[in-house]
Amino acid sequence: MVPESHYVALSAVLFVIGVVGVLIRRNPLVIFMSIELMLNAANLALVAFGQRHGTAQGQALVFFVMCVAAAEVAVGLAIIVSIFRMRRRLSVDELSLMRW
Amino acid sequence: MLPLISFRAIAPGMALAATACLLLLLDLLPTRGRKDHLAVVGLAGVVLSMILSLGLWGSDERAFNGMVRLDGFALFFNLVIGFATGLVLLLSIDYLRRQGMESGEFYILVLFSAVGMTLMAGAGDLIVIFLGLEVMSLSLYVLAGWFEGRLEAGEASMKYFLLGAFASGFFLYGIALIFGATGSTNLDRIAVAVAGGAARDPLLIIGFGLLVAGFGFKISSVPFHMWTADVYQGAPTSVTALIATGSKAAAFAALLRVLLSALRTVQPDWAVLFWGLAVLSMTAGNVVALAQQNIKRMLAYSSIAHAGYILVGVVAGGALGGGGVLFYLLVYTFTTAGAFGVILLLERDGREAVAVSDLAGLATRHPVLALTFSVFLLSLVGIPPTAGFVGKFYLFGAAVRTGYVWLAVIGVVNSAIAAYYYLRLIVFMYMREPEGSPTVLVPSLPAGLALAVALWGVVQLGVLPAPFLDLAQAAVIPLLR
Amino acid sequence: MEYVSLLMVFAVAAGVAGALMGIPLLIAPKRTSPAKQAPFECGKDPVAVAEGRFAIKFSTIAIFFIIFDIELLFVWPWATIYRTLGWFGFVEMMVFLGVLMLGFLYIWKKRGLEWE
Repeated sequence: MVPESHYVALSAVLFVIGVVGVLIRRNPLVIFMSIELMLNAANLALVAFGQRHGTAQGQALVFFVMCVAAAEVAVGLAIIVSIFRMRRRLSVDELSLMRW
Repeated sequence: MLPLISFRAIAPGMALAATACLLLLLDLLPTRGRKDHLAVVGLAGVVLSMILSLGLWGSDERAFNGMVRLDGFALFFNLVIGFATGLVLLLSIDYLRRQGMESGEFYILVLFSAVGMTLMAGAGDLIVIFLGLEVMSLSLYVLAGWFEGRLEAGEASMKYFLLGAFASGFFLYGIALIFGATGSTNLDRIAVAVAGGAARDPLLIIGFGLLVAGFGFKISSVPFHMWTADVYQGAPTSVTALIATGSKAAAFAALLRVLLSALRTVQPDWAVLFWGLAVLSMTAGNVVALAQQNIKRMLAYSSIAHAGYILVGVVAGGALGGGGVLFYLLVYTFTTAGAFGVILLLERDGREAVAVSDLAGLATRHPVLALTFSVFLLSLVGIPPTAGFVGKFYLFGAAVRTGYVWLAVIGVVNSAIAAYYYLRLIVFMYMREPEGSPTVLVPSLPAGLALAVALWGVVQLGVLPAPFLDLAQAAVIPLLR
Repeated sequence: MEYVSLLMVFAVAAGVAGALMGIPLLIAPKRTSPAKQAPFECGKDPVAVAEGRFAIKFSTIAIFFIIFDIELLFVWPWATIYRTLGWFGFVEMMVFLGVLMLGFLYIWKKRGLEWE
């Protein structure tokens, strides 16, 4: 059996990879993928902690998170596509029309 | 086996959700291009939801296994959210048509975001707060980019979305860690675990920190405010009003509930954290607002500063501080919706007049509108007898009475700094001569109605605040039990 | 030891896939032609480079698919305790699916599913 703390550690690693990805990448799609990684890290942590406390609640919460993540993907992709139609290029550095 | 189902507890939110679904169907019916009837039906749904909230007044119960709470706190916020949504619907009708972006989806999305807000206000469980937050935010992300084809709109939408999703990632991981530390996401059970010694668990502390980052984003507190100005500027003005009033009120509702009901026993620990956030938000917001030439951006930094003022009440805590926060959010909803409502009616050379210089000479051309705007601005400064003064008085008073004298002093100094940039607008309206083509008022009956309601709110809460303040303080009591 | 059956499934799957890829290498005849060397071998010459852009309307359909695909994940836990929930659970699920269908109807009538 793999102890539950290993899963929590893995989820922390995934979460940090996601955060770093958001901070250093410049393509909105990749940033978005990193955000999804953060959500999935939270899913893994929820399931692992549910195992530790002996409840199925953690697994039930994952359903809601997955559902929210799907809705977020739909809205996010739609926004990204509409911006792409307008500019024909994608980089968050170009999103600097407004300053201060 | 089944949890107790109580439709009473979610009746106000259900009314909004059912109205939104009805609008989806109505939007499919063939009409001759006009979508006014959708706004009217939506408004009826909002009014119905507020009537239901009033009818349920006084109840205090938990439903769906403690997932949802029906208490004065939730009902008070339902009213605040109802006012915010109703005003935004009224303001949008003619504005959208003028901009050539009239569409049924707009009203549907506004209502769905209101559903999310009521869900947050009545949440008894962290995961319900998360779901409400997402329902609200996903609608707002789309609304922020409503003026498709304008570069600022796309930028606002994209920034709001990417940073918002980033913040909800933090929020969710915070929930996961708190679940790990306490074995539950229910606020009551978290409170029991915290009182039982989980407060020193590093998992809980880190989890709470991540949760605060998520909340800080939604209430646009420094250092989580980066999105605010760009989104406020790029979004349609009526949507900006919704983001500034409704979404902020809902986020504060959830934050207060978490702090006061789940973490009350460790109040001194989190009070320090929010002390810092309050000072940073007030100061940074006001100082940067001084330099703004765009009114929407200026109001964005002003809203950051106001998040700081409201956090002063959060730090004070208890019935006094909490009541002050609730009252101020009601005041802020009327004031800010009114201020954005005035801007949305102004046009110059066929484009929106959002520069400070566009206001020059407005008082001679449109004296009533200029006077209305001045009342809203004076309320934002906090000058008696407007509602803003009473609200700030109770917020800072609560801080003084709970021993945070320095925080109150910093707040008062900040209000004085803020007076400069609000009064500058009044100076422009009354004492400057316009250059070039004049700024014109685009008449609109629904928007006029909205401004009248907002003006009534500002004056009523400023002149006769006592009954509303009692309601606000009574609404916090269920959390403290 | 409880996972042995799972390991066996993996082993059989890997074996079948490996065999299908390996046996042709040994016994199949090899004749090449320019068409076969192209990145996509489908009997036609490529009309554009693979990195080119593709129709963006394709993504709209994909976005709709994601939503309806994931929403259905709530049906699965419902199905496992369907008998315990009884009529109440059935009605609740019909309400859920009804709201989902309302969204579908909206997409359909707003011409979101049309290719052109």
